Amino acid sequence: MPVPQHLEFFVDPRRCIGCKACVEACTECDTHRGESMIHLEYVDRSTSVQTVPVVCMHCEQPTCAEVCPADAIKRTDDGVVQSARKPRCISCGNCVVACPFGVPELYIDRAIMMKCDMCYDRTSVGKKPMCATVCPSQALFFGTRDEIRALRPQSTPSNTFRFGGQTITTRVNVMVPKQPETPAHIDVTAAMEERPRARSVRLPMIDSRDPFAEVKV
Amino acid sequence: MAQDPPPTREPNDVTVAPDGRPMEEQPRWRQDFAIDWPHDQFVARRDFAKFLVLTSGAFVVGQTWIAAKSLVRHRAAAPARKRIGALSAILPGSAVMFAYPHEHDACLLIRLADGKLLAYSQKCTHLACAVVPKLDEGILLCPCHNGIFDLATGRNVAGPPPRPLPVIELEVVGDDIFAVAVTERTV
Repeated sequence: MPVPQHLEFFVDPRRCIGCKACVEACTECDTHRGESMIHLEYVDRSTSVQTVPVVCMHCEQPTCAEVCPADAIKRTDDGVVQSARKPRCISCGNCVVACPFGVPELYIDRAIMMKCDMCYDRTSVGKKPMCATVCPSQALFFGTRDEIRALRPQSTPSNTFRFGGQTITTRVNVMVPKQPETPAHIDVTAAMEERPRARSVRLPMIDSRDPFAEVKV
Repeated sequence: MAQDPPPTREPNDVTVAPDGRPMEEQPRWRQDFAIDWPHDQFVARRDFAKFLVLTSGAFVVGQTWIAAKSLVRHRAAAPARKRIGALSAILPGSAVMFAYPHEHDACLLIRLADGKLLAYSQKCTHLACAVVPKLDEGILLCPCHNGIFDLATGRNVAGPPPRPLPVIELEVVGDDIFAVAVTERTV
């Protein structure tokens, strides 16, 4: 049974409080045996406590499947990019390197790549993904467009991303603020170029005779 | 409130190759190794018919080959009668080896305690190990995989052997024992 088209995933990183409930909930699932398919990333840990939950964005042009030499990554007709087919995956790691969102992970010990499949066992029978079920701040939301419109009047869902010359549209949406103006796409590589305002950091020197030696960067 | 654009397009129309050209202009491998599951699993009627014809054709060829081989084997001349020993030299309850019909075809000549003579090929029908007669247990044992044959009939009774042991037909003239034929059995 496919995932219903009117149900969509909405990620609102600004609401993430870094509680890792999603990670724990994902870890408990039996379909991937104690590994979390959702990653909780720190944006810039030295300056901020802001975290971002990273789920598979389920691209309409999945780069991971495009680069897979073993033809192991497939997308079902409901738009969900599935985890690597176990008989095919050769654990080469091409998808890990290629994914613009950094979603796939390689499990060398069992020679397979595993990634978020939007809890296909749950969503295909009409349930919500486990992470969206447990998220206390609703940074991860699974529902209809009407629901998210009513819940988040300040934001609008966007599913177009730009990585240099590559434009990607995804099945999963990211909530972007309506003010000052709604961007046509999210330019990820341009955001990576942004640096925090200049500030100096003192780092201890390792190979110095003086144990208190520091260098100012 | 303005209606949002449709959230996602029809998945089957979504797959766009990196060069942006339509699927018809793409190389053949991109259709054969489609990213979309329905396309990847799709089997055309023509491909399926081709598979059926080629597979059944292969079966026909194989069966014809087996029939021809069997015909050739039946037409081959029976092996020559060969003296394999003296009856008085084999005590009841013992077994000796001999070669029949050729010098590398090891066989077992068994004389049961009641004086009855039996002869089988020694080659296990499983993987051609040499079987060992266990006269007190009434079996022939293949030690390689614990295959067991019945001593009185040579039939496979336990373990992996798929067929009974070939029987060597014997003829006793006076004190001489002659091997006259090999009977291979399928069941």
